[in-house]
Amino acid sequence: MADFSWFSKFPKLDRSTLLEIRKYLDSAFLDFSREYGDSIEAFFDPLLDFLIWFEKLLVQSPWWAVLLCITGLVYAVSRSWKLSLSVVVSFLLIGYLGMWEDTMRTLSIITVCTILAIVLGVPIGILMARSNRTQSIVTPVLDIMQTMPAFVYLIPVVMLLGIGKVPGVIAVVIYAIPPVIRLTNLGIRLVDKEVLEAATAYGANPMQRLLGVQLPLASPTIMAGINQTIMMALGMVVIASMIGVNGLGQPVLKSITNQYFTLGLFNGLAIVALAIIFDRVSQSYAKRSMKHIQGENHD
Amino acid sequence: MTNGSAAQPFIQIKDLYKVFGKKSTSVMPMVKEGLSKDDILAKTGHTVGLKAIDLDIDKGEIFVIMGLSGSGKSTLIRHFNRLIEPTEGQILVEGIDVMKLNIKELEQFRRNKMAMVFQRFGLMPHKNVLENVAYGLSVQGVDKPTRNAKATKWLETVGLAGYEAQYPLQLSGGQQQRVGLARALCTDAEILLMDEAFSALDPLIRSEMQEQLIELQKDLHKTIIFITHDLDEALRIGDRIAILKDGNLVQVGKPVDILLNPADDYVEAFVKDVNRPRALTVETVMKPPAYRLTADTIGDALKQMKRIPDNYAYYVNDDGFQGVVCQDALEDAVKLDKETSMDDFELEDLPPISPDALLEGIIPATMASDFPIPVVDAEGDLQGQVSREHLAEVLSDFYNEETDETESEKVAAVTENNESKSQPSKKQPKQDSEDTHAKS
Repeated sequence: MADFSWFSKFPKLDRSTLLEIRKYLDSAFLDFSREYGDSIEAFFDPLLDFLIWFEKLLVQSPWWAVLLCITGLVYAVSRSWKLSLSVVVSFLLIGYLGMWEDTMRTLSIITVCTILAIVLGVPIGILMARSNRTQSIVTPVLDIMQTMPAFVYLIPVVMLLGIGKVPGVIAVVIYAIPPVIRLTNLGIRLVDKEVLEAATAYGANPMQRLLGVQLPLASPTIMAGINQTIMMALGMVVIASMIGVNGLGQPVLKSITNQYFTLGLFNGLAIVALAIIFDRVSQSYAKRSMKHIQGENHD
Repeated sequence: MTNGSAAQPFIQIKDLYKVFGKKSTSVMPMVKEGLSKDDILAKTGHTVGLKAIDLDIDKGEIFVIMGLSGSGKSTLIRHFNRLIEPTEGQILVEGIDVMKLNIKELEQFRRNKMAMVFQRFGLMPHKNVLENVAYGLSVQGVDKPTRNAKATKWLETVGLAGYEAQYPLQLSGGQQQRVGLARALCTDAEILLMDEAFSALDPLIRSEMQEQLIELQKDLHKTIIFITHDLDEALRIGDRIAILKDGNLVQVGKPVDILLNPADDYVEAFVKDVNRPRALTVETVMKPPAYRLTADTIGDALKQMKRIPDNYAYYVNDDGFQGVVCQDALEDAVKLDKETSMDDFELEDLPPISPDALLEGIIPATMASDFPIPVVDAEGDLQGQVSREHLAEVLSDFYNEETDETESEKVAAVTENNESKSQPSKKQPKQDSEDTHAKS
């Protein structure tokens, strides 16, 4: 008599076997983190120093100096008085409602995360555009990074590095980097073949082609990727606050646990304000850099 | 070295094959066996791009490679600077085997030897016109003031002075291609590759650009390899023309050879559509001059004239061709004084034409004249004549052939159209009227 129980019940591993596997993997990772945790932490020390320095810079400088710098930067990038003015107004409002320090902390971590994502993502995107094989390897990895719930990869990061700023930054970067990579790849692949051929025909070497033709022509697409990355990084702020990242996320977290509706709303709105500012500024920059590439009306 | 390069052609392509596909070399035996393009595609999934191309191109000539789309002409031109790697074969430029160059050497070769003009211009939209023109030099590492000065000069030459700070997409197609041309000229490369350079332009601008290219070539004497699908264009600018079909070289020759002696049906089909008056020069159709008068006095001239069957002749003295003399006028003049010198005799007013002139330009004059028009070269020597009847014959011979076919085709097309359209449309009104009848 054969055992037909698998027909009605899903055949699954033994409870004990499953437990063994889990135990084995967990302990292996734990061993790994015990073994290498310190050296990995040491590796990220410069990043931590920079994070702390940058946060201090934003928090401890007088508010008007910071505001002046931000507004100046916004104007330089967007060339729009309207946008610069709304930035001033929203920051004044944020400060008036007592969220200045948290906003500065969030701003600093988002800035660092974005810079990191660009520095890592753009080269990866370039490599992907160069070879179809790299693309076929990287694409599924990006898919996993984007669809894996953020909490899941917080676990190994926390196990390795504990709670703090650096694991927060790592989690945010992992979550936010895919758009930059994808759109850098796409942008370079979409560069007009004839323009690239022209560069080759005039004897440009691969580096000259990359810097002189491919990246400039892909820049609108890359900018769209960076914009996406910033938005996703901001979206991670609350989750990152669970592993000890200071900033606007923590009051939100606090208000979830204590049901402080107004506190949550104010901080949430501050995040939204930051997001809109980042978005508008990067978009207006992209628009300006696209002007010649996409053509203007003939007069 | 110099002796060697003088003996061999400037650019030489030897036994060039190109097969597109993953394992192109494995397909080569089949290609050499002479299997057709379609068979090879069906059997192996490889596309034969070029087959056994042999070409010699001389220094300073405009060499046109002509073919329809899919004939491999764009593939061929990309072999000259190895934008496409051949499957087999040799490309020699001044005796240098381009195939043997390594990447660094190839970059240098592309920078200094060849410049290319593209069908859709290939300009960099993020650089302004001046930077685009100077692009070749900037790749070479020439410093900014030098390259900008040079680029400004070439922009002026192509007639775009003042457009330096514009961006390519702000310009019209013709202007963009002028920028493309200036960019190509700016590197001082000896060889110019032009890939359907004027095909994307509208006809008026295109002929303007052809004109400009011919003018520029008079001063520059570059070796130009020009790709086109337009035989009129090929005949107009080409010193020699190669015709490509399905990756095979069908015919190579001077424009007149191709026009008057097409190698096969394919070429003939092309040639048929050519606007002959615009493509042929007087030299190619003129007949030897009928009669010359060489006498010094009117009396002697009349005597000479009476010996010939026609009632006109061309008066030629030591200085060359002088003009047309007609018998009636001579007879009138003789009545007055037959010792008058021919120099004082009033010749008929009939300006001669040059052997290089296009037939197009001489049609009105030839048709209006009672006498055949004399053809006189730059030295003033009488070369031949073109008569009204002869010109009409040359042109009508060709037009008859063409109009017969095209008109019968047209007629067929029209009747077909009428049938296909009219049948249903005729039926419907009938039905309608029946319906209305029934209702009423």
